[in-house]
Amino acid sequence: MRDRDDSDASRRNFLKTVGLGSAALASAGAGQGRAELAAVEPEKLQKILLSINGRQLSVLVEARWTLLFVLREQLGLTGTKVGCERGECGACTVLLDGVPRYACLTLAVEAVGHEVTTLEGLLDGEDLGPVQRAFVENDAYQCGYCTPGQVMAAEGLLRENPAPDLEQIRVGVSGNLCRCGAYANIFRAVADAAKLRRGGGA
Amino acid sequence: MSARDDERLYHEQGVTLPETPPPSTDPPPWRETLTVGKRRSRVDGYERLSGAAIYPSDMQLPGMLHAAFLRCPHPHAKLTSLDTRAARALPGVHAVIDDTTPEAAIDWNYQGGEGGRLFAGHCRFEGAPVAAVAAETPHIAREAVEAIVAEWEVLPHVSDARDADAEDAPRIRDGGNRIGEPSIYTRGDVAQGFAEADAVVERDFHTACELHTPLELHGCVAAWDGLDLTIWESTQGCFRVQEQVAGYLDLPLSRVRVVGHYMGGGFGSKLETGKYAVVAALLARRTGRPVKLVLTREETMLVCGNRPANSMHMKVGVRKDGTLTAIELTGRGSGGFWRGGTGLVDWLAKDLYACPNVRTELTSWATNAGNQRPFRAPGHPQGSWALEQVLDELAGTIGIDPVELRLRNVPGESQARGGVPYSSTGLAECLRDGAREFGWEEARRRTRESREAWLARGGNGGAPHRLRGVGVGGCVWVAGGGGPPATVLVRMYADGSVTLNMGAADIGTGTRTVMASIVAEELGVRLETIQVENADTGTTAFSGPSGGSKTVPTDGPATRDATVALKQQLLAWASEQLDTPRENLRYAGEFIEVRGRDQRLKVTDVERLQRRRSVVGVGHRGPNQEGLAICPFAAHFCEVEVDTLTGEVRVLRFLGAQDSGRVMSRKTFDSQVYGGIAMGIGFGLTEERVLDRGQTGKLCNKSWHDYKLPTAMDVPADLVSLPIELQDDRCNNIGAKGLGEPVTIPTASAIANAIHDACGVWIDDTPASPPRVLAALRRQRDRKEARR
Ligand code: FES
Ligand code: FES
Repeated sequence: MRDRDDSDASRRNFLKTVGLGSAALASAGAGQGRAELAAVEPEKLQKILLSINGRQLSVLVEARWTLLFVLREQLGLTGTKVGCERGECGACTVLLDGVPRYACLTLAVEAVGHEVTTLEGLLDGEDLGPVQRAFVENDAYQCGYCTPGQVMAAEGLLRENPAPDLEQIRVGVSGNLCRCGAYANIFRAVADAAKLRRGGGA
Repeated sequence: MSARDDERLYHEQGVTLPETPPPSTDPPPWRETLTVGKRRSRVDGYERLSGAAIYPSDMQLPGMLHAAFLRCPHPHAKLTSLDTRAARALPGVHAVIDDTTPEAAIDWNYQGGEGGRLFAGHCRFEGAPVAAVAAETPHIAREAVEAIVAEWEVLPHVSDARDADAEDAPRIRDGGNRIGEPSIYTRGDVAQGFAEADAVVERDFHTACELHTPLELHGCVAAWDGLDLTIWESTQGCFRVQEQVAGYLDLPLSRVRVVGHYMGGGFGSKLETGKYAVVAALLARRTGRPVKLVLTREETMLVCGNRPANSMHMKVGVRKDGTLTAIELTGRGSGGFWRGGTGLVDWLAKDLYACPNVRTELTSWATNAGNQRPFRAPGHPQGSWALEQVLDELAGTIGIDPVELRLRNVPGESQARGGVPYSSTGLAECLRDGAREFGWEEARRRTRESREAWLARGGNGGAPHRLRGVGVGGCVWVAGGGGPPATVLVRMYADGSVTLNMGAADIGTGTRTVMASIVAEELGVRLETIQVENADTGTTAFSGPSGGSKTVPTDGPATRDATVALKQQLLAWASEQLDTPRENLRYAGEFIEVRGRDQRLKVTDVERLQRRRSVVGVGHRGPNQEGLAICPFAAHFCEVEVDTLTGEVRVLRFLGAQDSGRVMSRKTFDSQVYGGIAMGIGFGLTEERVLDRGQTGKLCNKSWHDYKLPTAMDVPADLVSLPIELQDDRCNNIGAKGLGEPVTIPTASAIANAIHDACGVWIDDTPASPPRVLAALRRQRDRKEARR
């Protein structure tokens, strides 16, 4: 967590105007214990430096903007999807320093100083990465809208645990809803991806 | 997988292609296939997995504004005043429109020409919109909505069909709360039928209202270019959206282009557009900027449709030998204020099992809640929940195995259509092969022993407290045969590469892959090389929205027709060039061969193709054969584990045996089966829209936190898709019937039957949640103790 002492957002003001969905509620946890922040207008744009998929990007953001909003609407990285904006579906899952995180519950300013990885960041040039390939191969999707989030959750899981068993895979993607119901093939895809990542297949 | 995989156009090995029929004759059915029905990855897998696929909610245009709605917070209220001044004054707000805005005075049509105006002040359901805002960012748009001051006169409401005809029910509709006349169907004489029965079972059931909640939110981006309007919308049918928007805005169809290349799920809720498309267009015109209007999740739960709740009384009679003598179903439901809520709830009672005497009566009531929209197999899972459970209860009463009881009542024809034959019916095979593959008999023996031992101990919690049970359900889906109209274009370039152009959306079912497989099959090119352009009213020919499991049997035959037309054209040119009669030529992929001679012509060496640089085959979907019912069938089998201490039900495994005629693409076929089962698990075990009945009437669970979809923890890894692939040469020229809906019809009822098999209790209402299961177990125990 970035030290927010120097942040110029008033928590009360900030909570009132964070606006989209229940991002306000959820992000309340993030700044806990720091009630003495100074007040400013939340609409004021500030320049921050984000590290996304290995590139440094300088972006103008409002303090209340979520990482999801900045990725999609400011940077055009629409591989990251939006399903609820309140931490219920996982469509917005990205990696923050390699760990899965709901981008809709993460403020852009919170991502400063951390490495953000999105679906686009798993590509090897133009080619799909191992998890992505395993999803195609196992038909682990239907409409494909939850899929980027599932892939990022799986990627995060495999970075932490390169050889998960079925139960660990289930838990790993349990924060990602799929209304098309592709779960069974997602389990297979993650198991295959684990093998691919370990170099156990083409 | 590489971005540009392998660009080879043709298969390495010489392949035998289907014969090309002479012009204006139907192509013969395929026998052996090379691409169709095989386990091939989707043609758009790369786009969907790389993030390259642009879904409508991903659209961004320069200068684009974001819009939001102000909605009625009450189930029934009249707007008494609306003050938008503060909203207009906010920096970054570009437009606020409401019922006083001249161009927004549009009559809306929810059903039968009724619906009030676009921003009607008399709101009949929570979430009815009364104003909309366009602003620089979504944050500002929401702030502006909050800055609008609205005053309401709250009116009495009805929130449940079960309350609509109560003595003291408020009258919410002129002419009474009932919508239309009850719909009544009779065949034979049910009184007589029940008199002839050896056993009769009747029970009351209730199925909860289910929300579609596709992952991609409902919404669109609208942009004007002079007089031309373009809308990017997450839709199951871009031509339907085009017609609706053009109708409301009084524009010629040619000036409204709707694009829906990708879309993130619909399940019926995106067969029609919503007010958002019209409002986005109005705001875009007013501001001169593109406007994005994507609803919030909460809004979609209020206003984007549902599967209506249904109350049903089901009574069935059977003879000792297992033949059904009578089925009687009375039911009610509500599809909101304007729409009926009982459509097709009785179809299975009328059509699925052979029975001479049937009576059904369904009544729809108006309520103050969001309109229903078709939801994956409308009416069917509800009716199945009642019918399949009663059948199992009867099977127990007369001592016949549940699968056997169903097999004894497989109908030879569509009874609800007055005895029309089916083009093919695999119900018996679904039941028989499904049971074998599932290991039904062995599993039944195992579960009976554990249940009886447990009941002998008094049916109390005591160890082991987790009991397993297996269950079955059968189904037919009312539609699934497809039909006209649909037009598809297949184009070959001078270098032999091919594009497929069709109006149908790929709603996740694999439409692009299926249709490209048909082209590949006929032309002998590799599936991966076919470029697909679809779901764009500006660049493709008409196809209706993807619903009713109609896309494969509608656009599939048109695609085959188009490809065959392309081959016929090339053969005609080759015949000229080679000075050989056309019937002596054979289209063989890379080459056109001269029969009986060692002579062949490269397709790309056809001179007319080289001169024109491309050739187009056009295919149309013609009418279905008359006097045939074209319907898919299925049987689902599952094993569950019931925790008798907590009431929790875990689904351990599922098998879906599906007769949808020919399997067009095995991977996407299986995915549909798995997906339908997952959705049915939600219907049976977790999903329930909760309105604050008798109090405020408001929606209590308008989030995925409170409205429970099945997650990765709820759906078994052990899912089996068993295609019952009957050769059906009569349904259409590809031999395929619809699949997307039958895959979710008997799922929940199979679970209910499995719960009974596990621990002896029946669950009358969905969802079979832990409290409900526990209550049923408690009643069973109390009955036992009373008997002692
Ligand atoms: S959009 Fe972030 S969890 Fe749903
Ligand atoms: S693939 Fe459609 S929601 Fe998961």
